[in-house]
Amino acid sequence: MNLQPTVNEWRDQPTPPTTPMREAIGSLLYEFRWLASDTAMMTWRNLMHYRRNPETLASTIAGPVMFLLLFNYVFGGAIGAGRDFNYIDYLVPGILIQNNLFTVMNTGIGIAQDLQKGFVDRYRSLPMARSAVLGGRVCATTLVSFASVYWTLAIALIFGMRFHGGLVPALILPLVVAAFCFAFAWVSALVGVSVRNAETASSSTFFVAIPLTFLSSTFVPIETMPGWLQAFAEVNPITHVVNLCRNLAQGGPLESYAWVTAFWIALMVIGIGSLATWRYRRIS
Amino acid sequence: MDNAIQVHQISKSYGKVVALENVDLNVRRGSVMGLLGPNGAGKTTLVRILTTLLRPSSGSATVLGYDVVRHARHLRSYIGLAGQSAAVDDLLTGRENIHMAGRLYHMPKRQVQKRANELLEQFDLVDAADRSVKGYSGGMRRRLDLAASLVAEPPMIFLDEPTTGLDPRSRLELWDVIRTLVSEGTTVLLTTQYLEEADQLAHEITVIDLGKVIAQGTADELKHQAGSEFIEITVRDTEDTKRAASVLSNYAENNECDIDEENNKTSIMVKDGASIMVQVVRSLDTEDIPVANMAVRQPTLDDVFLAITGRTAEAAATESEQDGN
Repeated sequence: MNLQPTVNEWRDQPTPPTTPMREAIGSLLYEFRWLASDTAMMTWRNLMHYRRNPETLASTIAGPVMFLLLFNYVFGGAIGAGRDFNYIDYLVPGILIQNNLFTVMNTGIGIAQDLQKGFVDRYRSLPMARSAVLGGRVCATTLVSFASVYWTLAIALIFGMRFHGGLVPALILPLVVAAFCFAFAWVSALVGVSVRNAETASSSTFFVAIPLTFLSSTFVPIETMPGWLQAFAEVNPITHVVNLCRNLAQGGPLESYAWVTAFWIALMVIGIGSLATWRYRRIS
Repeated sequence: MDNAIQVHQISKSYGKVVALENVDLNVRRGSVMGLLGPNGAGKTTLVRILTTLLRPSSGSATVLGYDVVRHARHLRSYIGLAGQSAAVDDLLTGRENIHMAGRLYHMPKRQVQKRANELLEQFDLVDAADRSVKGYSGGMRRRLDLAASLVAEPPMIFLDEPTTGLDPRSRLELWDVIRTLVSEGTTVLLTTQYLEEADQLAHEITVIDLGKVIAQGTADELKHQAGSEFIEITVRDTEDTKRAASVLSNYAENNECDIDEENNKTSIMVKDGASIMVQVVRSLDTEDIPVANMAVRQPTLDDVFLAITGRTAEAAATESEQDGN
């Protein structure tokens, strides 16, 4: 009877390095080598959840329709009055960002659920890339929100929204929304690993996404706000990404908004993303 | 190197709460080690340390020659863990669960598919393989959890209370599966609160209480520590129970006789069961007491736990639950 561990080609090399330094480098290389395929696996798993439980998509599907109708027909008259734009053209880019931020806030809820149910113990006992558990959640919600952009635009076109900025900017718009959502999903991931409780993670949607989106140019031009609020809205990254999307759809200057948006995306992915992964690795 | 697990003076504390204190443990390759103790004794903490989920506060441990802290990543390729929470994904099918585990062990797709079929067959899950786990029974979920942890054919497997909460039939089924594994050469570390389970499955048993190892040995050795055998006499008529008890208590080691009136049963603790039994039978015959049944009973692990700790396993569990609060 052979009691030695069988060495398969897919297992890590059987003799571990002897110095802590080499071990650390080996771990890092290992992480990079398997990051893509393990993240793909975890993304597949999370997308299967949507497929088997389609009702979880209800708010992603109904949300943009509701907000579009509410804001356009209830507030649209008041906000648009005396201005030289069609309010629905102004509104749709804001709704794209807001609704998809709500969607990617599910990232943290899912992570908290996994932590609560003990799935994470199984994953952490497997030789998989450590960041793939969070990465899989982030990618799944990002893909869902990417699909939702096209859905929202289809509805908006039916209700009379039109692009005035040309074809290429209109095609870039969904990519910008997806990139920002991907970055923001890492914020939600950090919330998820920090609170480790699905209910708390879920209420964070309310406390994070609502103020951030309303205190920005999402629904109204910020010149209409009192000065102190304008100051906040002007630095709010949501204002910049919404203005970028708006100008992509309707024409207008892009460059300064694009730079600020790129800065925030990089900060959230690299900074918050590493922090979330670091916290995940330290969970015991 | 014929030890699959070597634990040297492992301690783990959370602030002031000590979960494990200077635990030593060796498990031979190819054997089954039963880790026995009440709820909250520290069994799960030890398993979590050995499966790289938790770092020990002090001490060291190797599994299959890999240090659980320094070589955690390597070790993970060679172990399987089936926990008490049965970490299977409700919304995936049984096959998909196994497939996902296999892919995360980085096995090639083909090999995972082949292995999944084998495991579904072996664990009697073929009919349910392509249904989502939501509809599985408790026993099926545990079997699937175990199957998923075995997908990479790990030479060492950790089972954390594999049968807790299962009905007796599912428990027996799972025991059979574990026995098959062992016969194929897998080393198993199994935690349980059920003394009978350890007795049935484990070659060696380590008893843990309040984070410390309090006894170690084979089931027989542990029973020997409890030291005594029991003679049990069941009389035919209820009114004879008292008379039988007074006869029996003359032979008891501690001059005490347990009476179970409902079942007409009396029992005593003795040193040498067989020879005293002969005398007991003679006396009962002289007293003309009709006997329905008689037996010399070996001590159970429950008796052992009582003998070592001075309390029953049940009382210990209640106690540590109160500690926990």
